[in-house]
Amino acid sequence: MIDENHLHGDPGIDVHPHHHPASAEGASPLQRDPARTIFQKGAPGRSAFQCPETEVPAVDLERLLPARLRREQPPRLPEVSEPEIVRHYVGISKRNFDLDSGFYPLGSCTMKHNPRLHERAAALPGHARLHPLQDGASAQGALELMWNLQQALAEISGLPHVSLQPSAGSHGELAGVLVTRAYHEDRGEQRHKVLTPDTAHGTNPATVTMAGLEVVKLATDEHGGIDLDDLRAKADEDVACLMLTNPNTLGVFDANIVEIAEIVHGVGATLYYDGANLNAVMGLSRPGDMGFDIVHFNLHKSFTQPHGGGGPGSGPIAVSERVAPYLPVPTVARREGSRGDGLPAFELDFGEGAAGSKSIGRLRGFHGNYGCFVRSYAYIRSLGGDGLRDASEAAVLNANYLRARLRQEGAGSVAEHLPLAYGDLCMHEFVLSGGPMKRALGIKTLDLAKRLLDYGFHPPTVYFPLLVDEALMVEPTETETRETLDAFAHAIGAILAEAAEDPAIAADAPYTTPVRRLDEVAAAKSPVIREAL
Amino acid sequence: MSRYTAITDADLQAMLATIGVSSLQELFDRQIPDAVRLQRPLDLPDGQTEQAVYEHLRELAARNVSAEDELCFLGGGMYDHYVPALVDMLTERSEFLTPYTPYQPEISQGGLQVMFEYQTAISELTGLPVSNASTYEGPSAVAAAAYLAKLHNGRSRIVISAGLHPHTIETLRTYAHGYGMNVVEVPLASTAAQAGVTDAEAWAAAIAEGEGRTSAAIFAQPNFYGAVEDAEALAGAAKRAGGEHAPVVVCQVDPITLGVLRDPGSCGVDVAVGEGQPLGNRLDFGGPSFGLFAAREEYMRRMPGRIAGETTDVDGRRGFVLTLQTREQHIRREKATSNICTAQALNALAGVVYLSWLGRRGIVELGELLLARTHYARELLTALEGVSAMHEQPVVREFALRLDADVAAVRARCIAAGVNPGVDLHALSGREEDRGGLLVAITERRTRAHIDRLAEALGAAIAAERRAAVPA
Amino acid sequence: MAQASYPEDLLYHSEHDWARIEDDGAHAVLGITWYAQDSLGEVVFFDPPEVGLTVKKDEPYTEVESVKAVSDVIAPLSGEVVEVNSALGENPAMINEDPYGEGWLVKISLADPAEREQLLDAAAYRASLSG
Repeated sequence: MIDENHLHGDPGIDVHPHHHPASAEGASPLQRDPARTIFQKGAPGRSAFQCPETEVPAVDLERLLPARLRREQPPRLPEVSEPEIVRHYVGISKRNFDLDSGFYPLGSCTMKHNPRLHERAAALPGHARLHPLQDGASAQGALELMWNLQQALAEISGLPHVSLQPSAGSHGELAGVLVTRAYHEDRGEQRHKVLTPDTAHGTNPATVTMAGLEVVKLATDEHGGIDLDDLRAKADEDVACLMLTNPNTLGVFDANIVEIAEIVHGVGATLYYDGANLNAVMGLSRPGDMGFDIVHFNLHKSFTQPHGGGGPGSGPIAVSERVAPYLPVPTVARREGSRGDGLPAFELDFGEGAAGSKSIGRLRGFHGNYGCFVRSYAYIRSLGGDGLRDASEAAVLNANYLRARLRQEGAGSVAEHLPLAYGDLCMHEFVLSGGPMKRALGIKTLDLAKRLLDYGFHPPTVYFPLLVDEALMVEPTETETRETLDAFAHAIGAILAEAAEDPAIAADAPYTTPVRRLDEVAAAKSPVIREAL
Repeated sequence: MSRYTAITDADLQAMLATIGVSSLQELFDRQIPDAVRLQRPLDLPDGQTEQAVYEHLRELAARNVSAEDELCFLGGGMYDHYVPALVDMLTERSEFLTPYTPYQPEISQGGLQVMFEYQTAISELTGLPVSNASTYEGPSAVAAAAYLAKLHNGRSRIVISAGLHPHTIETLRTYAHGYGMNVVEVPLASTAAQAGVTDAEAWAAAIAEGEGRTSAAIFAQPNFYGAVEDAEALAGAAKRAGGEHAPVVVCQVDPITLGVLRDPGSCGVDVAVGEGQPLGNRLDFGGPSFGLFAAREEYMRRMPGRIAGETTDVDGRRGFVLTLQTREQHIRREKATSNICTAQALNALAGVVYLSWLGRRGIVELGELLLARTHYARELLTALEGVSAMHEQPVVREFALRLDADVAAVRARCIAAGVNPGVDLHALSGREEDRGGLLVAITERRTRAHIDRLAEALGAAIAAERRAAVPA
Repeated sequence: MAQASYPEDLLYHSEHDWARIEDDGAHAVLGITWYAQDSLGEVVFFDPPEVGLTVKKDEPYTEVESVKAVSDVIAPLSGEVVEVNSALGENPAMINEDPYGEGWLVKISLADPAEREQLLDAAAYRASLSG
């Protein structure tokens, strides 16, 4: 959507606020075309679909389906030809920025390269056209793949038991908190509090409420980790769990993790690892070794399942021995020699032991997002153990390099206007505060983000974590080149330099995108959420 | 360096110098305590070339028997419908495949417009004005609807029809424990005329027994046994039985049937949810697909997940944004209407492209084709010796049979003959009354010749089993 | 209303709510302060509570929604809702434009008129904001 030539720090058009191209004639082609939906295209009677012959004897419709159960008027779906559909969706696709087009340093989202090998493998009919209720004997390849993935995730997390079922990170969180609740209930305890740091992703507290428990917030200390005194004061026998991201959303690895685990385990609670930031520590440090009981993985982050503009994802969980009986079902088990030919067989395990299952049950239909498993498994096989460690090392190196490069930009003025919120080094991401920039230059973090769009970059995550003033959360990932990081640092420097001259340039940005700043207040006030027909 | 990273030795040295550390090791030594450092390599197979990984995945795929390899009459929640080539072509485009959730609307108009179009299509299909941009999949969408009901009326009781898919019931029970809600199951009717559908009297009675505490009443259309329910009667009975404290009526609907079946909105349903896989999504051994979620306007601020809305930019151009975001976890945190963040945007794209491809006329034509072929198959199969219909209700593309022979053994014989005849009902549901049951799904990919082959294979398998079962 | 204002004739709660005691001494009109509406940004939705609802001092009794947040509204006094400002359903932005007038939220009959002694006057509330 933004011309290649505009990458690397040059917005490419004159963007002086007093003569930016606001009029329709002066706008770029994408800006001149008004957004029209598929429902506004086509003509009555047009259709892309050719229905196959019925082939069977005709039967009166009334006999097949009585009128009172039948639809009177067809749904007003589009009436368009196949070429129209292709033009339409290819056309609107160009109004998207995407990872394949440019740098996407969205903090806590791990926008790393999506290898196309994975798409090719997942599309093989033996994976893509496999029915979930296919007998186990005729799905041995799929079950073996799932078992192998379970084993790999167990090794990466240092926690031996894995369920692949959850559909995304937040679904994994719910699985984990319900597992925790079942564990305590099974011991005859009604613990109702879950501790979450004030840096936590919003999914953490939302999950806790859905699981019927209460959120208790923990303060952050001056190093960006958990305030241990606050933790000691709040950790009691009513606490079911502490949910933690490590490194956390500030990019800070909590150096007190061993002590935190001791305090939490000391009161009988479990320790939950939000795996959103696992990309920092693969092969370097394992949640299980840090003392965590439960971890969820975001296969669409660390393990490069493409994001698809908001899904699909996949959120397997791995757990320690003590909470393993409560895992959601089914999981995949390997039975040695049960096939008769000496080879192992793989089967779905519903956990129905003689003593009765303690599983929390199902969280969805079937076995999980298998299509995502294929892709993430391919990734793990491509990299191997050493490759995963190298990936995390490169992710941390890139983040630190970009952090350091930004400090050099503009002879130190970027460092002055966008200081690091916490710490000196960082893990795979870092958080800057736009507070000084706002006060000194009169532009907000939002303005900086919007101006970055003109420079051809996706902005970092903004206004999160909540405790940092005008936060800017940057996660470059390991798959970016040094040249790209340099170009991004340069763009930030250029935008701040512009703002020093004239803050209106950023405040009115973007100029080059298919639409300019949108009125979110109007959208929320009288919501229009479907096309009127 | 893996093939997806780009750091040369020269890069590394320059980058370390810029950072001001002497080695990569130092970066970690200064941040991760020694006690929690992994002191050995991960115990995983060595990394492989792209070519080797492809061969490995191809080899695993080859050990599965897909709908490409045998004649597949499996259904029970996911169906082997034809996915047009343009769905693959569009979902593989970088612009749709590789962005994140559209947090920056100015450069995400493509994805946001797709959501808006998808919402319009789902709203049209269901006859309900408000649709979200997708949830994970079918059964968990039912659980999400129960949470909406809890937030809406604060009550704690969920009445469900036994016609819901067993996975839906199990999923709902898992979630309901978290919500602090209890689930009351209403059996299917036992009289001959009503066999196969929800017992409407027991349904109303179960809601009335709640004495105003029933939060939601949930049924499936068509139900797990393929039977078409009288949705209007069930919705009306639920409202009457609840009186002043009427429950939120939730219908789990199969969207591909909605060209021929009455839409939930016109039947008095409050919330329609369902599994979106039949709409242009692959089987993928059970996922990813998408869950649809639509409701009446009064529930708009209780909806889970993303919703795209229309607005204008500073120059007056039409544009789209994520809207009503104060419902969501990133803003409302512990009081959010759901914890959902990443949903199923790409699968929903496949859904709306598929619905555009079918079009207004096609969804009716396809529905009528399914009705006709399914009817043909049901007549043909129930005429076989040892096969009877489990119920006589109208069906759209799936029906339940009862076999007078061991279902597992009959299936094994059919599969050996290259025909997978359908789902072993008892094996899936565990319900006693499902013993001997076979659930057969007929998509448009199953021709008359295929159905005839199924009849032949099933007839032969049952005959062989009955001979084998006769004591010598 | 662009400029901060805190009328002298109102009583204030530290959670940014105001109460205007009616002349009969038995009823009060409640709303949110200039500071509260300014922090929220433009209010886009207000779903008034039902008449007859019992409200308790210091506890939330309704919510106001802006694009950025949904906030609990805390009752400055205890009582029962006798009237709600239903005009806000159509035009919730009135809470921003005229927080002490057209933007009032509910009217309650007071359960304990003595509770008002615990509220702040305009000067004390203003001081709490700068603190």
